[in-house]
Amino acid sequence: MATNKTKRKVRNDLIFIAALLAVVTVAGACLFFLRGEGTTVTIKVNAKTVGVYSLSEDRVVEIPSDRGHNRLIIRDGTAYMETATCPNGICVAHHPIHRQGESIVCLPNQVVVEISGDQTEAPDVVL
Amino acid sequence: MNRKTKQTALLGLCASLALVLAYVEALLPPIVAAVPGVKLGLPNIVLVFLLYRCGVKQAAVVSLVRIVLLLWLFGNAMSFYYSLAGATLSLVAMALLKRWDFLSTVGVSVAGAVLHNVGQILVAMLLLNTAELGYYLVVLAITGTVAGVLIGLCGALAIRRIPKKLF
Repeated sequence: MATNKTKRKVRNDLIFIAALLAVVTVAGACLFFLRGEGTTVTIKVNAKTVGVYSLSEDRVVEIPSDRGHNRLIIRDGTAYMETATCPNGICVAHHPIHRQGESIVCLPNQVVVEISGDQTEAPDVVL
Repeated sequence: MNRKTKQTALLGLCASLALVLAYVEALLPPIVAAVPGVKLGLPNIVLVFLLYRCGVKQAAVVSLVRIVLLLWLFGNAMSFYYSLAGATLSLVAMALLKRWDFLSTVGVSVAGAVLHNVGQILVAMLLLNTAELGYYLVVLAITGTVAGVLIGLCGALAIRRIPKKLF
């Protein structure tokens, strides 16, 4: 049953999967380490920017959308979704964000909250 | 019975099986609640089987029928685009890898699973106009690999066990 050809294919499978996971891990590490602390919070509804706020000022942002309502809290240099009318609550469960490029996405309400910062800021780690 | 008639009937069965598998999967509790899109991809068992037993064309037709039926039954245009992009990329990748013939069904299925996730993330990036979903893709690629291995093993079993005279 286990001919040479199937053995070779299984070995190729393992190499393929290992290579795939290696690429993904490196890409993930780059994504994570190349981003510094963010300075502003950008809120988009239906892919349109509806507000830009400083991450260093505490405030509560109400985000009405066609499909529901979200409430974002900015506090102590981080931003998190406090309440949302969406059925799954994934955005509310999301950890507070503060690094450049981090985002909280509420797909049902089509709300995206993104952190951005100085484009000139040096990355933490250069790989 | 006419060979062609028989195949049409069997492909219809496969399409409904794929549809039901997708529905069953949606009933299961989410595997990782914080990351939507982490799933086994049960319908892919049917597609892997068809790809090896019948051919790319048959697999593509069944996949398309399933997605269109999903749209008609549950009427969600958003998820239609996600499904379509994911399924197209996934099937193209699996067909090419099968043709090049250096991976087993497991490797082919892993590529299909990961490319399915890539397709869906690309659509999400387009719809939400944000490039910051790369993180999701990293997580989805890892879970997709695991799912792909499981689905590939199931597919291989199906290919071996289902009598040849049926298809």
